[in-house]
Amino acid sequence: MTISMSTPDFLIERDRDRCIKCQVCVRQCANEAHFWDEEEQKVKANDALCVNCHRCVTYCPTHALTIRKYPLEFRENANWTASTIKAIYRQAETGGILLTGMGNDRPYPIFWDHLLLNASQVTNPSIDPLREPMELKTFLGRKPDQLKVEDGHLVEKIPPQLELEVPIMFSAMSYGSISLNAIKSLAAAAERVGIMYNTGEGGLHKDLYKYGKNTIVQVASGRFGVHPEYLQAGAAIEIKIGQGAKPGIGGHLPGEKVGLEVSQTRMIPEGTDAISPAPHHDIYSIEDLSQLIYSLKEATQYQKPVSVKIAAVHNIAAIASGIARAGADIIAIDGFRGGTGAAPLRTRDNVGIPIELALAAVDSRLREEGIRNQVSLVVGGSIRNSADVVKAIALGADAVYIATAALVAIGCHLCQKCNTGKCNWGIATQNPQLVKRLNPEIGAERAANLIMAWEHEIKELLGGMGINAVESLRGNRLMLRGVGLSDRELNILGVLPAGE
Amino acid sequence: MSLLEAKGVYYKALNEQIRAQFASGISEVRVKHVNGQRYVGDGIRGRQRLILEGTPGNDMAAYMDGLELIVEGNAQDAMANTMNEGKIVVHGHAGDTVGYAMRGGEIYIRDHVGYRVGIHMKEYMDKIPAIIIGGKGGEFFGEYMAGGVLMLLGLGLEEGEPIVGSYCGTGMHGGVMYIRGEVEEYKLGKEVKIVELTPEDEEKIRYYVGEYVRYFGGDVNEILAKPFNKLIPYNKRPYGNLYCNW
Repeated sequence: MTISMSTPDFLIERDRDRCIKCQVCVRQCANEAHFWDEEEQKVKANDALCVNCHRCVTYCPTHALTIRKYPLEFRENANWTASTIKAIYRQAETGGILLTGMGNDRPYPIFWDHLLLNASQVTNPSIDPLREPMELKTFLGRKPDQLKVEDGHLVEKIPPQLELEVPIMFSAMSYGSISLNAIKSLAAAAERVGIMYNTGEGGLHKDLYKYGKNTIVQVASGRFGVHPEYLQAGAAIEIKIGQGAKPGIGGHLPGEKVGLEVSQTRMIPEGTDAISPAPHHDIYSIEDLSQLIYSLKEATQYQKPVSVKIAAVHNIAAIASGIARAGADIIAIDGFRGGTGAAPLRTRDNVGIPIELALAAVDSRLREEGIRNQVSLVVGGSIRNSADVVKAIALGADAVYIATAALVAIGCHLCQKCNTGKCNWGIATQNPQLVKRLNPEIGAERAANLIMAWEHEIKELLGGMGINAVESLRGNRLMLRGVGLSDRELNILGVLPAGE
Repeated sequence: MSLLEAKGVYYKALNEQIRAQFASGISEVRVKHVNGQRYVGDGIRGRQRLILEGTPGNDMAAYMDGLELIVEGNAQDAMANTMNEGKIVVHGHAGDTVGYAMRGGEIYIRDHVGYRVGIHMKEYMDKIPAIIIGGKGGEFFGEYMAGGVLMLLGLGLEEGEPIVGSYCGTGMHGGVMYIRGEVEEYKLGKEVKIVELTPEDEEKIRYYVGEYVRYFGGDVNEILAKPFNKLIPYNKRPYGNLYCNW
């Protein structure tokens, strides 16, 4: 066998004066980067196995550990970067498709960071959310074209709506891609703060049925765990067409991650691959999508809104218009920075478009066509903080989906190795020893804290703009100004440049 | 038994009526003049019997969980989408994507079926779904099949008329197909192979053919006299070695 040309990504530095040889690092690292040398009575490290997830650093009682980027430089070359060269070595050794986790990490422009919010000065006073009521309540679902009132009562029946206390939801992550304790954390947090979490395409574990009113159940191309009870269990149903991290391709949950409980939840034999093909093989047109939407509405007797989730791609506005006309109540759009449990590297890093542009294009198009009221828009694909939420709503979103941020709240360190199943934080793993590291009660508290903190911040930002209800911000692009953007980009975003 | 009239009734109203009948405790409902109404039997749970006279529309019996559904006519596309349990007997043809991701129950179709039949079929513990087709099947038969039984009997075909289309079993990683007749090598997906029948296979075939004959007539021994080809996947994990970690 020839020698591997792959060199370590990280360097583990151990301060020998501080190390007390307690071997916590050895026990904590599922990648086995640390090991105990019996002969030398020393803890040692194999740098090549380190993924820089900070687990050992966090748990080292004497702060003896430091992880650095491995200081091995290739000859300087702006074209052939180290990661480009290393990818070729990896593929030359294996012949495999490069597989990674989380979202696109390339330095594409982040439009959120080129948008600035307004604030009131003098003429239109700002509102102090600490003393005055602020309304963030959001209803997602089809709204009637007009409201008729007779004798003080609404005449028409309002289509089913999802009620959110804050316009934020935890987006789809399946049981299988993440651990049961991670899902329990998010489900309990969603219940606590009055929002939704989403099952992803992995079915609904029996322990999670009790969170039904805070659950969106997903139906994807593989139909894993989909049956009448499942469809009835949630507050809404989401058809997954695409995902921002890997538009145009499906998902393979490898057999190693299909243990007993994942198998029971997905309703497939233990140890088999769960293959969700790229297309729904029964959907080749808007009419076919409409058929699936209405089959789900029929199955649940029109009591639940049906969402359709798509990745942000070229022509997104026309696609969204078709989905609205197909009968969807909610359109969820996932931008190209959206995370994933596993995606081919080249797809993750090169396919799709930024959510900011997609959102603005879709909102504008639906307004132009006079059908904006027929659907709610939910956007995800890297909403990183409360300011991103406020900017998304001002661009036209009804609510946002967060997943990476939610996982970071419960311990994710963005090492991008979700696909390996060795998550040391107990999130993206099915190894029982690792899963139990994540306490779902603590996880729920942390995820709920994040939403509550963002809720306060959103109220502060709204109040600053002199707005006391999130409804008044929705699609209110006058509250935004662009900096460092081209005329064309400003045009698509529908915002004025700063100073105008 | 209760009798419903479907002539001129929109699908939503018809399906509400059918549900209401079952909810009131009636165990058998017959619907006359069904003509293209979609989603009949969609999402219904229970062991009741539903008889449809005419041609029901697309997505019949989607997510259905337990009903016995008899179609006295042809069925259209996407029948038994993600069906969980129950039985469907079609006295005629059925269209495309019959039994997409079907997980349990049995379907008997007297004549031919369209494209992409039995795709994503699954099985789980005691649930082993089966689709028994009297005539021929179209392309992508059993694509991505992950479990269950697909059977083509090829009855009433003319000399040289193909029993199945191309890309048969593409991406298949579970379950079994029994095809009564020749399948040219070029039509097989690269993930499937033809193997010899075992005594257990013969027993299974006899059971399903017996049921088929019970519903539609014919002679079991005459049908069994022609050899069946058994198709299974090479591998339960066709894409296991596709990736390397970045």
